[in-house]
Amino acid sequence: MKGNSESNERPFAVFTSLFRREITLIWRHRSDMANPLVFFLIAITLLPLGVDPSRQMLAQLAPGMIWIMALLATLLSLDGLFRSDYEDGSIDQYLLTSQPLYLTALAKICAHWLSTGLPLALVAPLLGAMLALPEGGYLALLLTLLPGTAIMSLIGATGAALTVCLRAGGLILSLLVMPLYLPVLILGANAVTAAVGGFPIDTHLALLGAYLALMLIIMPFATAGALRISASA
Amino acid sequence: MSDPILALQQLTCERDQRPLFSHLSWQCNTGSVLQIVGANGAGKTTLLRTLAGLMRPAVGQVLWRDQPLEASASFARERLFMGHQTPVKGLLTPLENLDWLARLQHCQPQVSLAQALEQVGLGPYMDVACSQLSAGQRRRVLLAQLHLSAAPLWILDEPFTAIDRPGVAALEALIERHRQAGGLIILTSHQAVQLDETLLLDLADFPADAEALLYEGEL
Repeated sequence: MKGNSESNERPFAVFTSLFRREITLIWRHRSDMANPLVFFLIAITLLPLGVDPSRQMLAQLAPGMIWIMALLATLLSLDGLFRSDYEDGSIDQYLLTSQPLYLTALAKICAHWLSTGLPLALVAPLLGAMLALPEGGYLALLLTLLPGTAIMSLIGATGAALTVCLRAGGLILSLLVMPLYLPVLILGANAVTAAVGGFPIDTHLALLGAYLALMLIIMPFATAGALRISASA
Repeated sequence: MSDPILALQQLTCERDQRPLFSHLSWQCNTGSVLQIVGANGAGKTTLLRTLAGLMRPAVGQVLWRDQPLEASASFARERLFMGHQTPVKGLLTPLENLDWLARLQHCQPQVSLAQALEQVGLGPYMDVACSQLSAGQRRRVLLAQLHLSAAPLWILDEPFTAIDRPGVAALEALIERHRQAGGLIILTSHQAVQLDETLLLDLADFPADAEALLYEGEL
């Protein structure tokens, strides 16, 4: 009886302890977390200076630009996701437990999203104001970026796990995940443009939600498989 | 003589499609220490990783309690693997690192984490970030696992690296105690190990046989 209840609890015990460990690590190394955010801020700040400071022009560019920069900022943070775990042998330890590797991968992905995707999504409306985003767009920006960045973390983790053992992994990583990011970018940026124009964005949100659900099921498995390959290479 | 707990059957392992050793068959019983020796690049680490289930052999199989590793339900709980890398995060304290390692291996701790750290001489450093510890002290965080683990099989890749002389003696005593308690220890080391009844497996006795791979490939 006791053994039974233990084996039921255990997977989540490791999930929560890994998640807590990741958050602690990120917190103690906060400057890492700030990197994508600072990139996002700088890129958006430079846009009016480099392109055209007129409100009309900026308002037109804003939805797409904010989405593109959020995507690039996420991409920037991916390379380090499994790098130190690979170098110090932590990945071996992940593989050696009897835990489902799915949950291990999911814990890493959740921590990554909380430390990069969530801050990006929360800051985005502020940057929208800097780009003179019309009023209707703010909520849409937040609502699309929340699932959008989560999808990007899920897909990116698989790419990061696959390329962690390569020396020039960063470039291949970008090429690998970019095509999978395109639907998110198109849906997300379109939704914000639609919201600015006063159209409903239910369809966009539903599609993003469906993509998120699909990736949530597939990607941790793919990440787990990729980690196995990287560890035996 | 009981059945061997771990059996290696006709193993051929490769690295980048280059065979390292071939036709390696061996049987290990409980209560023994097996030291794997071989030149640099002979495949010691590859063999240990194969035995731990991290890699698959190119040919042959490894049996744990008469079952192939992948099929064995209990194997993950019954082996403790310490690679030559040190999975200790510099930003965490020894206590936090050990807690995590112990949780991953779901040891039912025999002693508390703090006691285990005391045993390996890290008592005063329990709450110092590991980045401030020396290489040897970081290895000692890993060694503290051995005090916690109830796993019968220990696979240790170069456990004496960066450990000072008293530390080596303590580790040898620990290995000896585990052996007497019916454990099986498989290790590699370039240092002479002062242990009674250590069995030696020399990888030079199992020279690489390129045909073993070819044959498998044609099949």
